[in-house]
Amino acid sequence: MGKTTSSAAIGTGLALRGHKTVIVDFDVGLRNLDLIMGCERRVVYDFVNVIHNEATLSQALIKDKRLDNLYVLAASQTRDKDALTKEGVERVMEELKKDFEYILCDSPAGIETGAHLAMYFADIAIVVTNPEVSSVRDSDRILGLLASKSQRAEKGEEPIKEHLLLTRYNPERVARGEMLSVDDVEEILSIGLIGVIPESQAVLKASNQGVPVILDEQSDAGQAYGDAVDRLLGKDVPHRFLEVQKKGILQRLFGGRE
Amino acid sequence: MSLFDFLLSRKKTSSASIAKERLQIIVAHERGSRGQPDYLPALQEELIAVIRKYVHIDQDQVQVALENQGTCSILELNITLPER
Repeated sequence: MGKTTSSAAIGTGLALRGHKTVIVDFDVGLRNLDLIMGCERRVVYDFVNVIHNEATLSQALIKDKRLDNLYVLAASQTRDKDALTKEGVERVMEELKKDFEYILCDSPAGIETGAHLAMYFADIAIVVTNPEVSSVRDSDRILGLLASKSQRAEKGEEPIKEHLLLTRYNPERVARGEMLSVDDVEEILSIGLIGVIPESQAVLKASNQGVPVILDEQSDAGQAYGDAVDRLLGKDVPHRFLEVQKKGILQRLFGGRE
Repeated sequence: MSLFDFLLSRKKTSSASIAKERLQIIVAHERGSRGQPDYLPALQEELIAVIRKYVHIDQDQVQVALENQGTCSILELNITLPER
């Protein structure tokens, strides 16, 4: 669905705008945030090592090469998903809170331990959805869990703030009636829209290179993530890339690419 | 079927609108059963078995719902008996 791509892009976007940010990979056993961020060869200690007191947090945090105020905490690739404990995650989160303005938890797919713990201590949730039936249904299920199985819900505090991020959006297919529209998805899930990321060749290009797509400022996807980050920070930015882009005559002739 | 009908019907049943309709139904259904205790489906099965001893009814003629109102919960049973 693009959770890791979005985590990398939004985390990088927050850091670009001057906020000290850490992105934490919760996908134990299937870590990929390090690859998307381009720091896979610098992982020595991971999140699970910190939880089990085998390394300190400062040993495990990987500083981004491009931005001074951006860090990555990788997931363990060798342990299984039960290596995460609620107490351990809480301790690491408390420690991170002292140092960082934003802690971005990249949730694994599914509703098991990793996903549960990624959302449990959250204040804000960004639900990443594709305009596809299975993805929208899963998102509704996740919204139900956010409302009932989080720390805020259990303590009876103010609920987690929920945002919808729609990725892999293809306005041409929407216009042809082949794809659910933004309005459809918003109506079904009834939560506020924080961004629509168009289906873009830039996303694959960025992940190939280990560069978060938001740093590709020329690309539509990069700009759309930038808008989403601005909205997350409270700015009122109009949505772009929702309509079919009219191709110029040269683009038509030469099969233009972004 | 005339050409006009053909064009009209094609427009009506775009796959996106089918997707939307299916999603609205399933999501509403799943929201309804969210937070209910696990024993409700089993309870429904057994109730149907008991009622079937006396009258013949189908699965969908019995509806079991649990509603929470403040401190008390109301178990609502809705059985549609067939016409005689």
